Amino acid sequence: MTHLLEMKNIVIEGFSSEEEKWMPIIRGLDLTLNRGEIVGLIGESGAGKSTLGLASMCYTRGGCRISSGSIVFDGMELFGKSDDVLREIRGVRIAYVAQSAAASFNPAYRLIKQYVETPVQHGLMKFAEAEEKAVDIYKRLLLPDPEGIGYRYPHQVSGGQLQRAMVAMAMACTPDIIVFDEPTTALDVTTQIEVLAAIKKITREFNTAAIYITHDLAVVAQLADRIMVLKNGHLVEENNARQMLANPKEEYTRKLLSVRTLTEDRVLSDAEDDVVLEINNVSASYTGKASEKVLEDINLVVRRSRTVALVGESGSGKSTLARVITGLLPPLSGEIRYDGKVLPPALKARERETLRIMQMIYQMPDTALNPRQKVRDIIGRPLSFYFQMNGSEQEKRIRELLEMIELSPKKYIDRFPGEMSGGEKQRICIARALAAKPELIICDEVTSALDQLVAEGILKLLQDLQNELQVSYLFITHDLATVKAIADEIVVMLQGRIVEQGPKKQVLDPPYHEYTELLLSSVPEMDPDWLDTVLKIRKEKGIGLTQDR
Amino acid sequence: MDFLKLMRQSPLSARIGLAIVLLNLLAALLAPVIAPYGETEIVADVWLSSSWDHPLGTDHLGRDLFTRVVYGARNTITIAFATTMLSFIIGSMMGFMAAAMEGWADLIISRIVDILMAFPTLIFALMALSVVGTSVMSLIGVIAVLDSTRVFRLSRAVAMDITVMEFVEAARLRGEGIFWVMRKEILPNAMPPLVAEFGLRFCFVFLFIASLSFLGLGIQPPTADWGGMVRENAGAITFGILTPLWPAGAIALLTVGVNLIVDWFLKIASGLKD
Repeated sequence: MTHLLEMKNIVIEGFSSEEEKWMPIIRGLDLTLNRGEIVGLIGESGAGKSTLGLASMCYTRGGCRISSGSIVFDGMELFGKSDDVLREIRGVRIAYVAQSAAASFNPAYRLIKQYVETPVQHGLMKFAEAEEKAVDIYKRLLLPDPEGIGYRYPHQVSGGQLQRAMVAMAMACTPDIIVFDEPTTALDVTTQIEVLAAIKKITREFNTAAIYITHDLAVVAQLADRIMVLKNGHLVEENNARQMLANPKEEYTRKLLSVRTLTEDRVLSDAEDDVVLEINNVSASYTGKASEKVLEDINLVVRRSRTVALVGESGSGKSTLARVITGLLPPLSGEIRYDGKVLPPALKARERETLRIMQMIYQMPDTALNPRQKVRDIIGRPLSFYFQMNGSEQEKRIRELLEMIELSPKKYIDRFPGEMSGGEKQRICIARALAAKPELIICDEVTSALDQLVAEGILKLLQDLQNELQVSYLFITHDLATVKAIADEIVVMLQGRIVEQGPKKQVLDPPYHEYTELLLSSVPEMDPDWLDTVLKIRKEKGIGLTQDR
Repeated sequence: MDFLKLMRQSPLSARIGLAIVLLNLLAALLAPVIAPYGETEIVADVWLSSSWDHPLGTDHLGRDLFTRVVYGARNTITIAFATTMLSFIIGSMMGFMAAAMEGWADLIISRIVDILMAFPTLIFALMALSVVGTSVMSLIGVIAVLDSTRVFRLSRAVAMDITVMEFVEAARLRGEGIFWVMRKEILPNAMPPLVAEFGLRFCFVFLFIASLSFLGLGIQPPTADWGGMVRENAGAITFGILTPLWPAGAIALLTVGVNLIVDWFLKIASGLKD
């Protein structure tokens, strides 16, 4: 049997303007795909997953080129073909689904107009026919109101729905292959499960082959028949999905499989009353109107050298609460106490000492560091600002801090943020927070922009620092695996309210609160049957898969 | 080192632009050395054609035109540079402040700028100059203030994009004052578009001074400046004499030169590749 797609010895290079030469991104990879088969490509960022996926339609991003290899699709060699020929294949027979649906849709057009574009453009269908088919596909993707949803604009549907609308768009011409490029990475766990179910359903129904790109092994385990693990443009391991999960051969694959196993259980005595931060009956709104509250009646307590995890989907008010605590958004009502003293609600009214003891670490290290400042200045500023520490004394302390975050001072002290990886940048953010000698650090989704192995390293570091320096963390996250790893207490939020709170054991062990259970059961597990099992259980219990709010 | 590397990678157009600008700067700096006669010295008959004694001929009073063009570079470029500099200092300060302070401060500064921009620039300048007089200092001041409104718009927009970044929020949470935020967090990141705009604004100011001089409100005679020289000799063109074209050509050449460099800089700053 011939393969539907056969890529052989693909070499892809990218132009490095710094070194003024072409550098290899993919170093001689093979990929075969049979009709109806799903291949998962997994690896850290920079491994070349997306580049290889796009190369299946003989396409590269700007600044890259396929320098050698052979791409045979359905008996036809694509490599070296003109753009006109390739245009007949791209979008029609091989389609692409991008990571961020919100950025990929044109906000000025209704969904269905963008859906219809490809089949009409290629002369496959008339407008009305394509519209009719769209409704059918929307129905198959379990979108609510399939007849009407196409006539909405992108901003009028939720993130998960938009991602499914994008899958529908890729399906418009009933392609032979779809390339999914991290379609669920930007979504909450509860939404991710909807999209995964939809993708699984539709690829089965149409017998579509797919290349599924992700950095999350547990996600790919649900869909893929075969998994390829990539690292730095090399193939690490390729195997049948079940076999690989059961019996990984390579060390690197084992490492990927074993993430999310980091845990730490501390005994929390009830008598512990060394409270640092206390939030009493806080409500807040961005407009200042009581009718438009985004936070309502929040009560929580952070104890010394303990970690409170704040969990919830996007839009649940987690980050808003952080803004209220730091004083960026004064609350409508309620009070924030630190060490028993009431803090002024607005940032401007707070003393420098108050600002010092509460530090913040952000989700995106790229935007949290000034790209025009060197590490020395980034970490040095809090030292001179809070402690008037200058000159050689400051230099010594900066080096100490770099040692603490496990980066070599000699190598990193004179670097700009642009010269470091995501994980290294996040470590610099941690060092900047530590420089102020804080008692409480608010961590806002600090690991969600990072690869799993890197994230694991950051969590480990935070844990070690806590044990050493006795700092408290308020850890905001939507990732329950992170929560399991480091939390002492858990606060679950939904739509601006706290639905459950308590010590980790109590929240994560049965009996569960209804919403907590939904969150917990939505976290993908490394079991290929997990998705089917969850869907079956939910069906039996009568919980809608698409709980569109 | 970096500069040399940058020069090696520069396209031909940028090198031409750089050569033109350097030539002009050299002329401006070494005017007394290069020029064969004095700035206001009457040396021959009026409106002579090019000759060995007078490479570009003479003007309407019989002054050597080459000498006048060289001295004109000195006056015009210095004033244009001072004006642009001043307008950038005022404009970017106000722009950054509006973006960093938000709310009422932003509203008030922005509306004042809107009012200033509502008047046609030339009319406003004529009015202001007839009130404060036409000394070099008042010329610089008036044009700088008028021009700073454009700079304000740009720097406010650029700074708006920067102030929403988390590193600015981090600085605020640290308790930093507004001027520190403006100087250390916003300014370095706003530099590339501002420098590119500086080149363009420099050209506009330059042309603006030329047109003011042409109207008689710019740099006053007998000081040599290019715009004024075009005006003084404009009548000659009806007799088929080329004299006014030389200073006009000098204006055009410098404008093109500066723009070539700006184009190149914009390309580098925006990170666009061919």
